[in-house]
Amino acid sequence: MLDLQGLTKHFGGVRAVDGIDLAVARGEIVGLIGPNGSGKSTIVNLICGLLPPTAGRVVFNGADITRLPPHARVTLGIARTFQNIRLFGQLTVWQNLWVAQNSGEQRNQNFLRRWLGGSSGAWEEINRTLEFFDLAHKRDELAANLAFGEQRRLEFARALAAKPALLLLDEPAAGMNAEEVDQLDGRIRKLRQGGITVLLIEHHVELVMSVADRVAVLNFGQKIAEGTPAFVQADPAVREAYLGTAAVA
Amino acid sequence: MDFYLGLMQIIGVHTLLGLSAYCVLLTGQVSLAQAGFFAIGAYVAGMLTVLAQWPLVPALGVSAVVAGAMACAVGFPALRVKGLMLVVATIAFGEAVRLFFFNFTYQVQAGNLKLGPHGAEGFRQIRYFPENGWTTLDVMLFIWTVVALVMAGVWWLDRSRAGAVLRAVGEDELAAQSTGINITAVKVSAMTIGGVIAGIGGGIFAHYTTHIEHVQFGVVLATFAIAYPILGGLSNVLGTLLAVIFIQGFLIEGLRFMGDWRNLLFGGLIVLAMNVRPRGLLDAGAMLALKRLVVPSGDRNGA
Repeated sequence: MLDLQGLTKHFGGVRAVDGIDLAVARGEIVGLIGPNGSGKSTIVNLICGLLPPTAGRVVFNGADITRLPPHARVTLGIARTFQNIRLFGQLTVWQNLWVAQNSGEQRNQNFLRRWLGGSSGAWEEINRTLEFFDLAHKRDELAANLAFGEQRRLEFARALAAKPALLLLDEPAAGMNAEEVDQLDGRIRKLRQGGITVLLIEHHVELVMSVADRVAVLNFGQKIAEGTPAFVQADPAVREAYLGTAAVA
Repeated sequence: MDFYLGLMQIIGVHTLLGLSAYCVLLTGQVSLAQAGFFAIGAYVAGMLTVLAQWPLVPALGVSAVVAGAMACAVGFPALRVKGLMLVVATIAFGEAVRLFFFNFTYQVQAGNLKLGPHGAEGFRQIRYFPENGWTTLDVMLFIWTVVALVMAGVWWLDRSRAGAVLRAVGEDELAAQSTGINITAVKVSAMTIGGVIAGIGGGIFAHYTTHIEHVQFGVVLATFAIAYPILGGLSNVLGTLLAVIFIQGFLIEGLRFMGDWRNLLFGGLIVLAMNVRPRGLLDAGAMLALKRLVVPSGDRNGA
């Protein structure tokens, strides 16, 4: 479904992402891990179009989307969350999802209906998504007034409002306690049952090892290992990247 | 009495100008081009009623379309830049429009009079209202009918999904893009709507002053346009109306008795207002308090 081919991004002399090849199949949960500064978030920005790559291609469902603007990629079915939460703080919880209903199917609605009110079907979808993230009771609250954990859930919910086929989660567990990570784990699994493909970028190794079918490890912008969670954990190059040479020896 | 009717006319027209800036400001763009669209509306409507003998309402319609089309055309290049650069770009546009009218002469002979815009001397004799026997009261009522319609339209737009999208772009462009919003299209649409409203306002302005010239449409007017929604707050259109009444009614007319001291106090009071109410005169808290006044407490508990 998603195919990164030789994806490269240089910032001046820094090779933030250096010739990454990565394929994600439909229905898969792929984890992307790596130490700080290894290029994980840059890859997300390249996939969703916020950064233009220096070289390489992003292919989605067989089509080259490397030059497509970010909003068009959402229409095709790629949605994301941000590492540092970026909500529309002065909009209500409900409105945050309302403005994000931009899937291809949602775009094909009657123009006036879409921009002025929306259909009752669209409203029901919002309410269902809010239920799923346990935010229904906060629907009229301003997003800026939510607690941290609620904001994380709302951002996750907003990404789903556009009914994506591929979901890019950029460190969704950052700042969460154990219970919240458990709930997140459960939600990701449920979404996969609903047919959503997930690329999970995460520091929280336990979460990745628990939900991911496959894990790719980055270091200094290059992929140093890829395989099942167990395989990757046993890989000496991975241990070295995380723990340093001395610890492995 | 005529003084107050005249004041109401000024407030009405400036409310339209403020609303045009309000629409653009919702998307987070500070545009100083609104005076330029206002000028285009004024000259277009004036020329249609004076030179082509059109009735006022269709002339206003055309001035709205022309100003809106201009805003759309300017929006594409101008909105590629952000923040201060956008301010500079839009000032440049406003000045270009002003200088165009400074040099624009198109006059036709009508009896022993020459009618039409005449460069630096301006465009005199826009006498649609007196020629058709409108009293000051009629004009005032007409202006406020238009203001009420435009305000209702913007209010409604604001409460729709389109309004939420405008605000989303204003809050965080990166997040808006990433949720599938085409921010260029949204910003240009807001600019176009702003241009349409400014065009209507300018067209009305030309007719009640009967004499327009380029100096009226300079940076000062552009600054007023953007000051209204900023001072009034972006929670809804009523804030802009309140700010126009505060500035035009109270600061400019109400303090006239103070002579030259007025200008000093004028700036001081705006600074004070912004400090006391940083989110605008009518912020979310004030709206809530107003709602409590209107809706009896029993109903609120029931809801």
